[in-house]
Amino acid sequence: MVDFNISTVLTPEIAIAALALILLAIGLLIPPGARKGMMPLTAFSLIGVLSYTLFDFFHGQKAFFLDGVYAHDQFAVYFKVLFLAAALLVVLSSGGYVQKLAEHRGEFYSLILTATLGMMIMAGAGELMTMYVGLELMTISFYILVAYLANDARSSEAGIKYLVLGATSSAILLYGISLIYGLTGSTQYAEIASGMGGNLTPVSFMATVFLLAGLGFKISLVPFHLWGPDIYEGAPTPVTAFLAIASKAAAFAVLIRVYLIMMNSQSFSGTGQTLLVVLAILTMILGNLIAIPQTNIKRLMAYSSIAQAGYLMVGIIAESVAGIKGVLFYAMIYVFANMGAFAVATHVSEKQGSDEIKDYAGLARRSPLAAVVMMVSLLSLAGIPPLAGFVGKFYLFSAVMDQGYTAIAYIGFVMSMVSVYYYLSVVKVMFLGEGEGLPDIPVQGAVKFTLVFTMLITLAIGIYPTPLAQMAIAAAQSLIN
Amino acid sequence: MSALPTTGSLLLPAILLAPVVAMLMIVFLPKDEGKTIKIVAAIGTLISLVLSLYAYFAYDLVQGGMQFNLTIPWIPDLGVNLALGVDGISLPMLLLTNIIGFSSVYASWNMEKRVKEFFALLLILITGVMGTFIARDLFIFFLFYEIVVIPIYIMVIIWGSTKRVSKEYAGMKLTIYLLIGSAFLLVGMIALYLAAAKNGHPTFMFDQLALRQDLYSPAFQKVAFGLMLFGFGSLISMFPFHSWSPDGYAGAPTAVSMIHAGVLKKIGGYGLIRLGIYVLPLGAKYWAPVIAFLAICNVLYAAFIALAQKDLKYVVGYSSVSHMGYVLIALAAMNPTAMNGAVAMMFAHGVMSALIFSMIGFIYEKTHTRNIADLGGLAHQMPRLGYGLLLAGMASLGLPSTVNFISELTIFMGTIHVFPVLAMLGIFGIIFTAVYILRMIANVLFGPRRPEWDHLVDIRGPELVPMVVCVFVIFIAGIFPNILFGMINSGVYSSGLAKVLETVSQVKMGGLF
Repeated sequence: MVDFNISTVLTPEIAIAALALILLAIGLLIPPGARKGMMPLTAFSLIGVLSYTLFDFFHGQKAFFLDGVYAHDQFAVYFKVLFLAAALLVVLSSGGYVQKLAEHRGEFYSLILTATLGMMIMAGAGELMTMYVGLELMTISFYILVAYLANDARSSEAGIKYLVLGATSSAILLYGISLIYGLTGSTQYAEIASGMGGNLTPVSFMATVFLLAGLGFKISLVPFHLWGPDIYEGAPTPVTAFLAIASKAAAFAVLIRVYLIMMNSQSFSGTGQTLLVVLAILTMILGNLIAIPQTNIKRLMAYSSIAQAGYLMVGIIAESVAGIKGVLFYAMIYVFANMGAFAVATHVSEKQGSDEIKDYAGLARRSPLAAVVMMVSLLSLAGIPPLAGFVGKFYLFSAVMDQGYTAIAYIGFVMSMVSVYYYLSVVKVMFLGEGEGLPDIPVQGAVKFTLVFTMLITLAIGIYPTPLAQMAIAAAQSLIN
Repeated sequence: MSALPTTGSLLLPAILLAPVVAMLMIVFLPKDEGKTIKIVAAIGTLISLVLSLYAYFAYDLVQGGMQFNLTIPWIPDLGVNLALGVDGISLPMLLLTNIIGFSSVYASWNMEKRVKEFFALLLILITGVMGTFIARDLFIFFLFYEIVVIPIYIMVIIWGSTKRVSKEYAGMKLTIYLLIGSAFLLVGMIALYLAAAKNGHPTFMFDQLALRQDLYSPAFQKVAFGLMLFGFGSLISMFPFHSWSPDGYAGAPTAVSMIHAGVLKKIGGYGLIRLGIYVLPLGAKYWAPVIAFLAICNVLYAAFIALAQKDLKYVVGYSSVSHMGYVLIALAAMNPTAMNGAVAMMFAHGVMSALIFSMIGFIYEKTHTRNIADLGGLAHQMPRLGYGLLLAGMASLGLPSTVNFISELTIFMGTIHVFPVLAMLGIFGIIFTAVYILRMIANVLFGPRRPEWDHLVDIRGPELVPMVVCVFVIFIAGIFPNILFGMINSGVYSSGLAKVLETVSQVKMGGLF
């Protein structure tokens, strides 16, 4: 084993943990009403950590330590970059919104950071208990964040719902973990893989199904997706964004490791594969079809993000470097595309107090930048070139076709063309409607930066995807070799 | 791969980027300066037109093959190259795009509503179409093709007109048809790419894909060509996937109808040649009888429907579906003569339909109706517009001395010995064309003077540009056909297409029927 220093390797995690505590303290110390500075403070610290993590990705030391309990490979660092970028964009786009909703509470940003820390631990975890700790850290932070609008019944309802359903899914996950521990005597992915043996027993089958169900809940795979739309609709919009983007990506990070390393035994591959194929197809079809009649932008985005999870699953099914590269690539561009859309939604709901799609009427006239960013983001999610989503889908579906699953690729492409229908119906409202009586929505400051930045990234990666593709392939190779 | 790009290789990027630069300038112009915006758009398209004319006449016919090449590795892990280049097949299409693009700016000269957005989208549309014709790489080809879909949707729903169907419906129908078609195209394209990558060097370059014939089994070719036929067939409005076309054209603003009917549709035919026949010749041979049969359905069925239409744009919409039948049957014949005819027909029909749509656009703009029964005797008040519509009609029915005549003649010469019965049926289609075109012209332009149209002012100034440009091209290429056919013929032979056709004609393989 190479010589290394744990504290150097863990710098991003340590920094985020410290930052969360510092922000909590600052929130208590400074008087209410003088907390405008919290947002820039958080944002600049996040930029610092993000830059370090990016540097770490290319040049940092990579290691497994504590007997493989925690991994610091390029795969984990890639996801850390993703979580930090998502957190940063959420913080930047939510300044005004948070200012308005929580004049007397300063812990919003602190909770965002603890959730981020949880995700980072999930990405690095090399065994099930560490993963579970990270997952709970993230989930508990989200319980509070979802119910953050204390005076809003829907937000509180969403918080309770998320708590009950999330706790149930954690219980199922834990049950699966305990079964696996009982079977193999280990919680480490690599040891479990060798300990599972060649035969599929009812117990090992149940264990894997429980594990997949627990993770599937976080990813909102059909049929574990039902919580999504209600909670997305009720939660404060920046929280919805973070929930839809980062928590989903974190669950994917775990699923990829669990599926490719731990379940890489004969006893699993047959059934697990079939199960995932069926779930992915269901997710793509149902997510897209149910999105069509939605009238609320947050519910629309919820179903759209269910469908997007289906596309991402396709890459895991491919079980190849190309497939994992596709997942990593798509997860990253998904951050920027979704964040663009959610930043617009946050801003509009802050200025207008509504999330109904019909209230976006004439946005192209009232706020051209916001309308254009919304359109670019939605079309990237739909996979229309030259935006990043197209290249991402190309990577995912060509990887799975390469493994012989042509039918999935068909379904994926046809469903993503169907998705154009509901994305375009939002575009139609924004460009066609006159929006009489609705206010002009000026965009400035950090929000403007977020909008322009996400749009430029979405365009730039779509036109020249090579740098991100190289990062994704390096990360994928660090996992499969 | 040469280290430094030469001047020649920068010609195509310049043609491609001129409208993009104009678009960016428009984005930063204030939105109430409509005149400036229009002038910038006109200059952008004019630069492209002049440069593509230069490319057309500077192209070395003796040497043939792809010229003005530019190749930049783009996405190395997928094997995508940003490869641009033109040969005798794509150069006429490039020129056509620019002729129509330039005319369409002038056809929209009277646009008052949200001028800035309109011209910015129009320029994106023109760029996207151009890009498909100059791409030498399948991935880049597809990228440019899909760029055009969304601007068209937005343009139809904002600036379109609601008649028989609402413009929202027309726009969505157009978009969904093309996108579902392109989903199948994508699957076919990935299947082809994966099959070609079996030797370990993934590529999307058309010529490389074509060279790897031995990697594609006949069974694979049949399936892959079938998928592409579905995708490109919907785009070229092949029966029974044509129904988006009349509704879409009727709902769209004039400039979009011009570009859509004029060039965008031709991407379907171009794709079938460049990707279908050239790369998957056995698949093409297998499907050829089906294509020929559907093509004749196009010709006759759409012509019959056009006879019964009351709305001018629907007449022309169905007429363009009908004319695409000629292109399709020529492709199905799979011999060099018919290929020449097919490419020439795409060019000829493009110019003609741009002219006719711009004339109808002016009629609608001035009279606010497109209903044939409400119009009449317009030649009294608007003689210049009358000439334009009359000449477009004559070109449409294939009057000798127009380029359309020569194209149709070549097509039938190439197809008659391959599909004698179907080709004969197709020739009858011309009679129907004559009937509905002459009926339309007689009812709209001629007849007694109607006092309610006395206030109309004839087209003048900038409005004349589309007419002058298109009529000039129709007759120059009709009277000196070698300008066009020399180029296309060189394309068919020097690109290796003729050789592919000769090889495949000797393969004994049962067709579908």
